[in-house]
Amino acid sequence: MSHDENHEHEHEHEHEHDPRAIRTEALERLLVEQGLITSAAIDTIIERYETDVGPLNGARVVAKAWTDPDYRARLLEDGTAAIAELGIGGPQGEKMVVVENTPDVHNVIVCTLCSCYPWPVLGLPPAWYKDPAYRSRIVREPRKVLREFGLTLDDDTEVRVWDSSAEIRYLVLPERPASTLGADEEALADLVTRDAMIGVARIDAR
Amino acid sequence: MDGIHDMGGSRDFPAVLTERDEAVFHAEWEARAFVLSNAYTGAGCANVDQFRHAIERLDPAAYIGDGYFGRWLGSIELMIAEANDQVIPGRYSDLSAARKIDAVPRFGVGDTVRTKNHNPPGHTRLPGYVRNRTGRVELLHGGWVYPDTHAHHEGENPEHVYSVRFDGDELWGADAEPGTSVTVDLFESYLEPT
Repeated sequence: MSHDENHEHEHEHEHEHDPRAIRTEALERLLVEQGLITSAAIDTIIERYETDVGPLNGARVVAKAWTDPDYRARLLEDGTAAIAELGIGGPQGEKMVVVENTPDVHNVIVCTLCSCYPWPVLGLPPAWYKDPAYRSRIVREPRKVLREFGLTLDDDTEVRVWDSSAEIRYLVLPERPASTLGADEEALADLVTRDAMIGVARIDAR
Repeated sequence: MDGIHDMGGSRDFPAVLTERDEAVFHAEWEARAFVLSNAYTGAGCANVDQFRHAIERLDPAAYIGDGYFGRWLGSIELMIAEANDQVIPGRYSDLSAARKIDAVPRFGVGDTVRTKNHNPPGHTRLPGYVRNRTGRVELLHGGWVYPDTHAHHEGENPEHVYSVRFDGDELWGADAEPGTSVTVDLFESYLEPT
């Protein structure tokens, strides 16, 4: 066995002994035994969240709003219905509100009490969104936190932080880069990032 | 209730660390704990407010140390232990939280409202940093199940929910960054007129 293989093996070994892994196995045995779920169904759902439910859904919504003024108006008026028009919905998306970034107003999303996040349009949240540092600081010093993400806002741009403390979930409609005039919906969707739809980044044209 | 989970405005956690090309799950157990937790609440063994309140009641060191999916796991384990190791599906059947209510909303868009000094020993969705603060109603969201009672088997008691905007200086005083605000979704019971 080479040194690298040995190293990898040690990692696996550590992972097997993570107490949380052992506790999860015990919970799985119990819930399978009680008939709440099967191990095969668990695999299927994991795969769905790893491949289908993710920020590509939100990017489609944003690209359509950028190219279709009527859709944009419907999206800002009733986010849930306009997102459902694209066949997107599900858990943690019961009521969606879309907030629009402009040169004057910048919106950014957080959940300080847990880590609520609009799963149907963005998938599951990244680690930093769930981290105590983001949850505690973005409400108190949003400009400083955004600068740490590489986003420096003008002093006269108003910053609105949305703390999703009930069951309403928020999606940021980022500003369309000026240089993308004439680009089609699909090309635009490729530009839209998860971070821009949370509000910790802007979108630059490639 | 006050606790480690209510961290808005805390100065205890200095640096936001981001990860490039992050995987959805960082370990197989995280993925399985995620699905198992959803299966438990999805089968109606507990409602989402009980799930969240069980997370809040974890040991603070475990809350931080076990991470996000570790907290989910801890919450389900705690609820099962409190049910004498029984798993009882069908206790809750409606997974949605929106409710049509007849009550006329007490507040309208543009109204100035003050949050109560509401800090019960049990579950609440009024964050500590917006207690006793004055803000302005931005949006009305209709009726929703009231977490403060629903988390304690005391009924749904749906109420109007409002998005209320608080200026930075109202929340943080002279320390606030200029031109910033926080908008928080609050139940009618948390609010009073000014």
